[in-house]
Amino acid sequence: MTSENNQQSINQEQLAVYEVFIRSNRGLDHKHVGSLHAESPEHALMYARDCYLRRSEGVSVWVVKSTDITASQEDDIPNFIDPMDDKPYRHATHYVLPENVTNM
Amino acid sequence: MNDKQQNTIRFLIGLGDDSVVLSHRLSEWCSNAPYLEEDIALSNIALDYIGRARMFYQYAVELEGNKRTEDDIAYLRNERQYTNLLIHELPINDFAFTMVRQYFLDVFYCEYLKLLCDSSDEQISAIANKAVKESRYHLKRSQPWITQLAEGTSESKERIQLALDELENFVGEMFLMEDWELMLVDSGIAVDRKNLEANWNSEVQAFLNKSEMCFPDSQLQIRGGRNGIHTEHLGHMLSEMQYIQRSMPGLEW
Repeated sequence: MTSENNQQSINQEQLAVYEVFIRSNRGLDHKHVGSLHAESPEHALMYARDCYLRRSEGVSVWVVKSTDITASQEDDIPNFIDPMDDKPYRHATHYVLPENVTNM
Repeated sequence: MNDKQQNTIRFLIGLGDDSVVLSHRLSEWCSNAPYLEEDIALSNIALDYIGRARMFYQYAVELEGNKRTEDDIAYLRNERQYTNLLIHELPINDFAFTMVRQYFLDVFYCEYLKLLCDSSDEQISAIANKAVKESRYHLKRSQPWITQLAEGTSESKERIQLALDELENFVGEMFLMEDWELMLVDSGIAVDRKNLEANWNSEVQAFLNKSEMCFPDSQLQIRGGRNGIHTEHLGHMLSEMQYIQRSMPGLEW
């Protein structure tokens, strides 16, 4: 067996990480289900099929290179997310309905 | 039982043997593949072939009148009773070898199963219909691997070439027909594999040429699988595959 040799030529660290999104049904959105390693987008799509669709979990798959995703950062939360917490007037429930309005 | 029925059973068991033997070879990569994703992908293909073998065996058993089970066929016959084409039983060797063999077989099965869909036997046609879709996916996977390795490093290129040199000797047998199988072709049940040879050769040649790989034109055709004459590798493989059923007869999961 030559698994050691194979590991010399294909090293997991040399592979790119791809995020996998699956749409479980017509009309629904693609949802993030996990990630995997692959050496090209085409391979990533096939691995996504074999790793995440074995039990007919979906009808469509997207793979996106993880490095192509720009994400919000944990330590940004005080500036990035929190300021929205004290603005209740942005929610419809903040407003009291006039009594005459019955159907809202 | 007439000749036609007997030949049909022989035909089904041969196809089942091809599938179960290749399935076991592919399963040997489980936990040994270059990385996890490829490990799962190869194991998936192994499972496709197990499913295929079961369909062929179950139908053979039914035609025999249920005198034995599919497990008897898989686990209680020795290598001289196995009738797979030899290319399926060769050891997995390195990853390049496994993928070249897979590519050769994928090209073959895509065409063969497509024609088998038109079998006059409804059950065989239904099995072929299910299996051909799997093989089309397998080919979509094996093809880019060959290109990638053939155009990769000098080492990966060399390994692909070694695999081509070795496997070429076992290609001829894929297109070899025997009288009993030709009788089934006449009654519309089987497919004449001989007719697939020219297209197979030109497709594989053209594909390999794109990556500047050469396909040696070997005159050596190692044959005998359908008659139970095997390479030295099959017996060793079966001893591992059949070990549990042989040491604990009748054991069920």
